[in-house]
Amino acid sequence: MSKSPGITLKGQHRIGGRVLFNADLHIPGGQWTCLLGRSGVGKSTILRLILGLKTGGVFCGSFIATDGIKLAGRISYMAQSDLMLPWLSVLDNVCIGARLRGRVPDTASARDLLRRVGLSNHADQKPATLSGGMRQRAALARTLFEDRAIVFLDEPFSALDAGTRADMQELAADVLKDRTVLLVTHDPAEAARVAHQITVMSAQATQNWQVPKTAALREINAAETLVCQAELLAYLRGIAA
Amino acid sequence: MRFSDIVFALLIGLGLWQALVIITDAPHFILPSPWRVAQAAYKSRVIIVENAWVTAIEVVLGLLIGTLLGVATAIQLAMSKTAERLMLPILVFTQAVPVFALAPLLTLWFGYGMGSKIVMTVLIIYFPVTSAFHDGLARIDSGYRDLMISMDAGKWTFMRHIQIPNALPSLGTGLKLAAVYAPIGAVIGEWVGASKGLGYLMLLANGRAKIDLMFASLIVLACLTVILHIAVGILADRLTRYAQGTSNT
Repeated sequence: MSKSPGITLKGQHRIGGRVLFNADLHIPGGQWTCLLGRSGVGKSTILRLILGLKTGGVFCGSFIATDGIKLAGRISYMAQSDLMLPWLSVLDNVCIGARLRGRVPDTASARDLLRRVGLSNHADQKPATLSGGMRQRAALARTLFEDRAIVFLDEPFSALDAGTRADMQELAADVLKDRTVLLVTHDPAEAARVAHQITVMSAQATQNWQVPKTAALREINAAETLVCQAELLAYLRGIAA
Repeated sequence: MRFSDIVFALLIGLGLWQALVIITDAPHFILPSPWRVAQAAYKSRVIIVENAWVTAIEVVLGLLIGTLLGVATAIQLAMSKTAERLMLPILVFTQAVPVFALAPLLTLWFGYGMGSKIVMTVLIIYFPVTSAFHDGLARIDSGYRDLMISMDAGKWTFMRHIQIPNALPSLGTGLKLAAVYAPIGAVIGEWVGASKGLGYLMLLANGRAKIDLMFASLIVLACLTVILHIAVGILADRLTRYAQGTSNT
């Protein structure tokens, strides 16, 4: 994996003539950026735009990697839904990217990734036999298998119970260390815990929020985490009104 | 469906049939009793088995070839938007022509042997298999497409590793329909012109006023269809369980 670059995005996105958002976003390399904002403001659209996925609108502007190299093929993606293929074993799900590119997968490295996410004993099972949390861990292993410098996470932990979510945040922060991570989330607590940079998005602009001075990953019950979370929540409620 | 339920339903059917024979007092060359039909079936068992074998081969071969063609067409339609745009209307249009009306033509083209019956069976099941499988291939979670793009997947590898396995339950639904239609295709082909098969035997028995033999042939045909339906049902169930990850196969 090469050194993780940052990403700069500047422009306006329109859907059917209506402006969805104006954005001026800088995602620092090798760090976690959390993107927050009310529903429908276009958080996932930003992520989809950079990934080259359909957005249902037109973007006028540009997005580039800070190292000047094209972004295509350098980003791996994890969605809210685990997108496990039910007919494949957990191990084969982790390797699916290689198969989709027509290559023979490196199963040894996939097994090693499953060990890192604590699923060694479930490698040969079908996803249907796993819990929601375990499936998301498998999806995380699949994202890591792509071995890309930039990782986009679109509310990957939002459907999990609070305890599993906290575990997943810790696991993801550990295994995605030093990568450029863009995490779209609705949860101020999650952002206050894992982010190096918090960006709040509204239709008019994007603005960076003051993160706690302590290093991520922060304790859930640390005073600065709780203060950041509370202030962020109050602000989000304000702009949502 | 439990075995005891099947036996019970069969007994009710036989009882109703016998009751109808008694109530209407119809002559045996109009409505033979179940016992008379059983006797005729036993007496003509060799000729029935010979002809049933021919029909079974026509049906199974027609089903196999029709399924292969249907699957190949559905994949082609799903892979190419141009093919989908051009071929779907043609496929729907061909369904406006009753396949039964083509039977004499097929007999003319492919002869009185098995060929014309197999082609008839293929034609009759081709559309349901193509349509059901194509629907399954097209109906895929958009999340998988996103994943495919983010993973730089090729069109064919996406089809092979994700779209096809995901569409197997739909293929199973199409196959179940095909299993019901296939014997109809073969028998209609035999009615139009044949020298073997259950359809031919039924016509022959009818012409000689051997209605008990006609009934026996009909019952054997129904049994063949039920066996085929059960076998294809088991296959469809396996395909679904495979796609859902709930089987070990």
